Amino acid sequence: MTGLIILGAIVLLILVFVGMYNNLVRMRNEVKNAWAQIDVQLKRRHDLIPNLIETVKGYMTHERETFEAITRARAGAVSAQASGQVGQIAQAEGQLMTAMRGFYAVAENYPQLKADANFRSLQEELTSTENKIGFARQFYNDSVLKFNTACETIPSNIVANIGGFKKAEFFEIKDEGEREVPQVKF
Amino acid sequence: MFSLIRSNQRKSAILIVLMGVLFLMIGFGLGGWIDPRAGLSGLGIAFVLWLILLLISYAGGESMLMAQAGGREIVKQDAPQLFNVVEEMTIAAGLAQPPKIFIIDSTVPNAFAVGRNDQRAAVAVTTGLLARLNRDELQGVIAHEIAHIKHRDTLFMTIAGTTLGAVIIIADLFLRGLRFQAATSRRNSKDSAGGLALMLILALLFAVIAPLLARLLYFACSRRREYLADAGSAQFTRYPEGLASALEKISGAQVNDGHINRVLEPMYIISPQAARGKSSGLFSTHPSTEERVRILRGMSGDSSLLAYEKAFSKLNAGKTILKDVPEDTPEQPTRPQHSRIKSQFHSPSAGAQRAV
Repeated sequence: MTGLIILGAIVLLILVFVGMYNNLVRMRNEVKNAWAQIDVQLKRRHDLIPNLIETVKGYMTHERETFEAITRARAGAVSAQASGQVGQIAQAEGQLMTAMRGFYAVAENYPQLKADANFRSLQEELTSTENKIGFARQFYNDSVLKFNTACETIPSNIVANIGGFKKAEFFEIKDEGEREVPQVKF
Repeated sequence: MFSLIRSNQRKSAILIVLMGVLFLMIGFGLGGWIDPRAGLSGLGIAFVLWLILLLISYAGGESMLMAQAGGREIVKQDAPQLFNVVEEMTIAAGLAQPPKIFIIDSTVPNAFAVGRNDQRAAVAVTTGLLARLNRDELQGVIAHEIAHIKHRDTLFMTIAGTTLGAVIIIADLFLRGLRFQAATSRRNSKDSAGGLALMLILALLFAVIAPLLARLLYFACSRRREYLADAGSAQFTRYPEGLASALEKISGAQVNDGHINRVLEPMYIISPQAARGKSSGLFSTHPSTEERVRILRGMSGDSSLLAYEKAFSKLNAGKTILKDVPEDTPEQPTRPQHSRIKSQFHSPSAGAQRAV
């Protein structure tokens, strides 16, 4: 009789363990998918920037430093993305965003540029890509928070330790100008 | 979020079964009316009919409904901004893939979503909506529709809507038949018995009560879903004001231009009927627009589901609406206006371009 009870308890314990393990795997996959989404959108932004420079070159003839700053920041962001390090990517993207903000401010002075249809459609694409990065980051960070909480709290932390689950890193872009509301409007 | 979806799915299943039972009751009553001994055959026929209806709405619901609403599917070149906004909200909600996008030619602004899961989903917006809303407002509306898809409300609406439609039509026919018969001739009363009279009373009762009950079930549930989708929209956009101002604009511009489809009516973001001035009483599918806007504006800087719940109970004397939101939900700060939209074209010409 006691043997049966012990056996039952062991089976129950195994079932609970399996359930928690699978739950952790599911959450880890969600984090991975969310990151893949960010990756896609970062790549898209990096691809759009040369197009943008090509389009505006004809209008903005005296803004070589601005272009150089963007090109440099973009190159840094591309190589950071290749490294796959979350912290490094966040830093490089922050620099790229600062450079882009500089560009938008300068573009204000070129009314002809703002009327260019090509530029406007590129602008919508860049705007949307930036939004997508923001929303992908939002979903990623929410997923990471859920996963990390599960990795830290009792009893799932025991399963996480045995299964070798490592906490994921938040994606926080450090950009000095981000907190304030930009007043750039075309 | 997952528990919310699961509880929603469970309730949908219960509701659909309940509506099916009502449908069977009508079948039984109708059979009994034709012949007191045919009650069971009526039940059988109704059951088979119901199964066929369910299968149809499950298999091809989204394209059927879209065709019914007069929507045409568009590609990115037709409306790049709309496309981008849908993609943004798909990412924010973590859906597997963006829904198909349809445009309906109507000057009345409105939007709805259909489809049984995120692989088979579609959203539709009218040209009037595209012409009137700015990017933030459009984002709020699309996020509301994406939330319907994510919560699987679209599955429920499609199936329940079809069942409800069938219940109403059959009960209608039944009652009309009864009235017609009473007016023309007395029923052949030679084979009369107490059984016949009883069957008739039962049949009448079913015919009157079933549609009422089915409607109540449907509407009671779909109102809560509207609140839930509003909460989801605030969470995905992190900007409740976008949806709030869109709701005001949409409800202010409702007129009946003949494009409103009765089956689809409860699926629209603003029910055309409610906006036409009918009360938001027992039989309304949507809560009143003023209340939805008040809740969204009462969220005070936090866009999480919990913040929506708090804003709701503040306006409704402590009642809750989302039910199973954990108390330890972290705060999700509302973003300042346009913080993600570094520069955008809010000129009327951009709107006109989109509405092509």
